[in-house]
Amino acid sequence: MEFGFLLEQVVNGLVLGGYYLLIALGLSLIFSVGGVVNLAHGAFYALGAYLSVEITQYLGFGPAMVLSPLAVAMLGMLFERFILRRFYTADPILSLLVTFGLAMVAEQAIRIVWGAAPLSASIPPVFRGSVIVGDFLFSRYRLLILVVVAAVLLGVWLLLHKTSFGRVVRAGIQRPDMVAALGIRLQPYMTAIVMLGVGMAAMGGAFFAPITIVHPAMGAEIITVAFVVVVIGGLGSFWGVVIAALLVGVVRGITIHFVPAAGEASIYILMFLILLVRPRGLLGERIEKFE
Amino acid sequence: MARYSRRTLLKAGAAVAGASAIGFPAIGYGQNEKIKIGHLTPLTGFLGALGAYAQLGIRMAEEEINKSGGVMGRQLDITSEDSVNPATAATKAQRMLDQDGVAVLMGEINSASALTIMQVADRNKRLFMQIGARSDALRGKNCNKYTFHVDIPSTVMVNAVGKALVRDKMMKDKKFYTLTADYIFGHDLARAAKSFFDANGGKLIGDELVATDVTDFSPYLLKIRQARPDVVCSNLAGNQVTNLIKQYAEFGLPYPIVGFNLNTADAWAAGDGNLSGTWPTVWYHTSDVPSSKTFVANFIKKNGKPPENHAWIEYVSLKMMAQAMNATKSTGTDKLIGYFENETEFDILKGRKGYFRSWDHQLMQEAYPFTVKGKGQARDKWDTLELGAAIPGPSESLASIALTKEQNPCSM
Repeated sequence: MEFGFLLEQVVNGLVLGGYYLLIALGLSLIFSVGGVVNLAHGAFYALGAYLSVEITQYLGFGPAMVLSPLAVAMLGMLFERFILRRFYTADPILSLLVTFGLAMVAEQAIRIVWGAAPLSASIPPVFRGSVIVGDFLFSRYRLLILVVVAAVLLGVWLLLHKTSFGRVVRAGIQRPDMVAALGIRLQPYMTAIVMLGVGMAAMGGAFFAPITIVHPAMGAEIITVAFVVVVIGGLGSFWGVVIAALLVGVVRGITIHFVPAAGEASIYILMFLILLVRPRGLLGERIEKFE
Repeated sequence: MARYSRRTLLKAGAAVAGASAIGFPAIGYGQNEKIKIGHLTPLTGFLGALGAYAQLGIRMAEEEINKSGGVMGRQLDITSEDSVNPATAATKAQRMLDQDGVAVLMGEINSASALTIMQVADRNKRLFMQIGARSDALRGKNCNKYTFHVDIPSTVMVNAVGKALVRDKMMKDKKFYTLTADYIFGHDLARAAKSFFDANGGKLIGDELVATDVTDFSPYLLKIRQARPDVVCSNLAGNQVTNLIKQYAEFGLPYPIVGFNLNTADAWAAGDGNLSGTWPTVWYHTSDVPSSKTFVANFIKKNGKPPENHAWIEYVSLKMMAQAMNATKSTGTDKLIGYFENETEFDILKGRKGYFRSWDHQLMQEAYPFTVKGKGQARDKWDTLELGAAIPGPSESLASIALTKEQNPCSM
């Protein structure tokens, strides 16, 4: 029986990892291509949640889950065009400062527009409750999130590995100078990557709004976990981030099963141990421009 | 002999330094100078939403008092800041006393931050009206002469809900599973809950400590399901409660859920149909008391939404402070302490007046259990809670729900 309980935590951790993945994958992509650590990533997650709550009131749950990430992706385009673009070749400390500042501006902006009190949001009645498969309990709503994450993941993988767009992006990660020598401007690709990245973060926010508290600082809460996932997974690696996200979800679940009070600390201990053995992360590639 | 004179010298030096810190700036303040009050409350972090209401409440009281002529003919000037965390709270409190020249300190919701500000008050021998933190320990083993506590402590909340559970036959021989916020307040609440279970035949079969920044409760919910309790009980705080309520509804576990701490802002944020069970509160805006209704109407007119219990408590606290200053014609620490310790009664917009008990400085007042209104019964999105009858009942003394001298180790 004990083993069954543990297995249930492992499966639940995998589902949770899928949600971390939505936020971490974009963060990793933006860093890999642009060399910018986007500390404002959490702000887009929060915006995605707030917009989805607003849109749900008028158009319902389904449209909100689509429109909110799209709207945030548009915002991401402006963010890339007018802010991020100036910092690709600058000292990394500058991009850290500007995105950190932007994260604070965004949090205060949310406070001004929507107020400091949390917004109220619920799961649509169809997705309420749980499904029991064998001996395992699943939240119906989280299964929906799992399906969406799997679809998004497949889409991003195909985009990166099976299209000419993806080839340029991957080449741009490793050898931007060579890509430029071939007469390809990386900038439009970067715009697209940022839109994709922040759009995914917003989707994470939109889908999590009904089951977590929607408040101005929610972005700051998620960004730390997303960073841990990116660092564990290793930069520039698609599968590294995937494995790291799932691992973080599972390790947290197992720790809570045995030592509940250490649940939140466990993911940092995991990061520490992995960095001891593999300083570049699980599947991190050697990227010349960062060496 | 030489040592003695050195010590005298040090004392004299300290006296001069003290006088220059406290005395000299005071020379600058004439009779018509504003009375400065330092207000600290968490505006960020897991209690930030509550702190935002607290600020609205104290601002409204400040405005009303100033419009009606101020205190002793002087206007109030409230400096209100984010207390951030226990260390920053203490630093800011000290700065407010040293540099901003505030007469008294007020505020707080976070029990850990309240504790560090209490220490600053004690060290500086200045008054701190601790408004919103609920840990028993603050008015128990950590109590001090300079601090007065307004909000209901953990034990009162446990008693309010516990008595309702006993009445509903949800206590004797029932198996309880509790989730506890992993900081001073949660630990305190868990201790109070455990003694109530022990005294009334409830059985505690599991208790999990939950870090204050946890947003995902799914692993805890799985453990609860494995333990198969009769009742799930929350000893959580702030955002934690909202997250738990939302995810408890998401997983749809069959066990009834109750809690020993909830602020209405957390309940409002839970979303339609997610909240259930019995919870405690110190005040709710649908209260029938006429003075409370006037306050609610004015607050809505000003802010476009009803006041949360932290807006109410900040409002009545500043009114109590103003009353004390007016009555003693002073902002002096000793005179104010004397006034409160006299067990002077205050109108706190409730059915019965409140007073600070002299030996532990805790405000004696009514508390209420509440349940959740059924679907379609709420008049608007704020009107979601059904307030139970005030405890203690009209024939009992207000102190009957508070900690007794045997239970409370406070000595000043």
